[in-house]
Amino acid sequence: MWRIGTAVALQDETPTARTIRFEVPDWPGHVAGQHVDVRLTAADGYSAVRSYSIASAPNASRLFEITVERLPAGEVSPYLTQDVMVGDRLELRGPIGGWFVWRKEQAEPIQLIAGGSGIVPLMAMIRSRLSTGNAAPFRLLYSVREPKAVWYGKELQSLSEHDPSISITYAYTRATPKDWPRPPGRIDAALIANAAWPSSIGPTCYVCGPTSFVETAAALLTASGNSPDRIRTERFGPTGDRK
Amino acid sequence: MNSDTCNYLDGNAAAGELSRIFTMDVTAAEGCCAQCGTIKRFAEAHLYMQCPGVVARCPACQHVLLRLVNVGQQVFLDVRGLTYLRLNTA
Amino acid sequence: MAITSRGFSGRRGTTDAKLPPGQYLTTDFPVLSAGPTPRVPLDQWEFTISDGSQVLRRWNWKSFRELPTETITVDIHCVTRWSKLGTTWEGVSLDTLFAGVNTDAEYTMVHSYGDYTTNVPLQDLLNRQAWIAFRFDDDDLAPEHGGPARLLVPHLYLWKSAKWVRGITLMQEDQPGFWESLGYNIYGDPWREQRYSGDE
Repeated sequence: MWRIGTAVALQDETPTARTIRFEVPDWPGHVAGQHVDVRLTAADGYSAVRSYSIASAPNASRLFEITVERLPAGEVSPYLTQDVMVGDRLELRGPIGGWFVWRKEQAEPIQLIAGGSGIVPLMAMIRSRLSTGNAAPFRLLYSVREPKAVWYGKELQSLSEHDPSISITYAYTRATPKDWPRPPGRIDAALIANAAWPSSIGPTCYVCGPTSFVETAAALLTASGNSPDRIRTERFGPTGDRK
Repeated sequence: MNSDTCNYLDGNAAAGELSRIFTMDVTAAEGCCAQCGTIKRFAEAHLYMQCPGVVARCPACQHVLLRLVNVGQQVFLDVRGLTYLRLNTA
Repeated sequence: MAITSRGFSGRRGTTDAKLPPGQYLTTDFPVLSAGPTPRVPLDQWEFTISDGSQVLRRWNWKSFRELPTETITVDIHCVTRWSKLGTTWEGVSLDTLFAGVNTDAEYTMVHSYGDYTTNVPLQDLLNRQAWIAFRFDDDDLAPEHGGPARLLVPHLYLWKSAKWVRGITLMQEDQPGFWESLGYNIYGDPWREQRYSGDE
């Protein structure tokens, strides 16, 4: 069923990515990892639906956030990242998904692997852990083109500085910061061996990003000894867009 | 792997569409492929949604597990490719 | 009842008197697929015409490419509402492929590599209405658009132009293919807007 949400705040994460905060009067609440479908309808009835992961932690309010990346050939993302104004009303369906979720009752170590915009649902998990006081140790491996493509950079930096039980490793695929020890490149077995939890401690792994990234990362995790049933995945389209 | 060989999404992408039909969460449901017998969570199915309908395929053998087409106010649903889907009420 | 999103129009181009009802113009070439892109090495590629019990004609890539070809420019119309005008293809006419095939069958099922099928009346494949196309826009047909070769039947919705075509089976009675069995029109004339079963 479609609900009507009002955009109550807009925040640019990067020049091409924007977070939209929605208020939905009858919002049932969500679990970290879930997504919403957003439906846009033109005056002549033409409509387009896209899925966006919820970025914010579960909370008791009627508010949640999504972060949208503007795709050059996109039909919906340019509208959401450039045209939406505070006060606009949009149709939303959700929250959706019961598998790619992290619940505060989970006590085991968690391995998060994000490719580009795949960071969004994993950020909801990190934020949820913080807001619930869950003590399970988290590791995040965040693959991104270059430093300025990082989303939530300041927040992640603050977290890793103040909480020793969250560790974050960045993998830059095109351009690295100055003096970065690892040359630009995709994630590989060596990075998994160095930065991910050893499979022997039995982490639950969450991998999210473009389809080809997820397939590669999931294969690396199983190759390093993680059982497939401990690996949960969510695939975005080849360009990172779902649909 | 490139964007051409990875032109699919997964069961999570169809969950909103399927939530119109299934009251229980489909993504966590285990499905058994009628062709090869592989049992996987529906979230792991390969979803093709850039076509005139929704097509979910077995990640092991590519057999069509489920198809869905919207025709006006009606939905055509074909689940012959699933021997079963095991959904949780909780 | 959907609410209207302020200022949203989507990426559609104009609607035009030249387009079938309900269609809009596109300048790109959307890729729609119901499954993984088949990889068919040319040394294994075959195209057959069969009557259901035996193969009547068979070509491999070499013998297929020795057949006379045509270059045609046609408009294509997808049931998902986009139309692309003035597309140029090179292919072998179905008239050439069916030359000398004697049959009283009126219907065909078109089969693709992978598991896609679509049914087309035999008369809609003949009389300069259909080609097995292997070049698009001056280039070899790309795999995501159906290469090495696809059926092209531009007077019907594009789902009938089966990508990665492998063969045609003659049928005595009409049978629905992949989409026709799940709500799409058995025939699919865009000018009569025959999108779904039940559309007259």
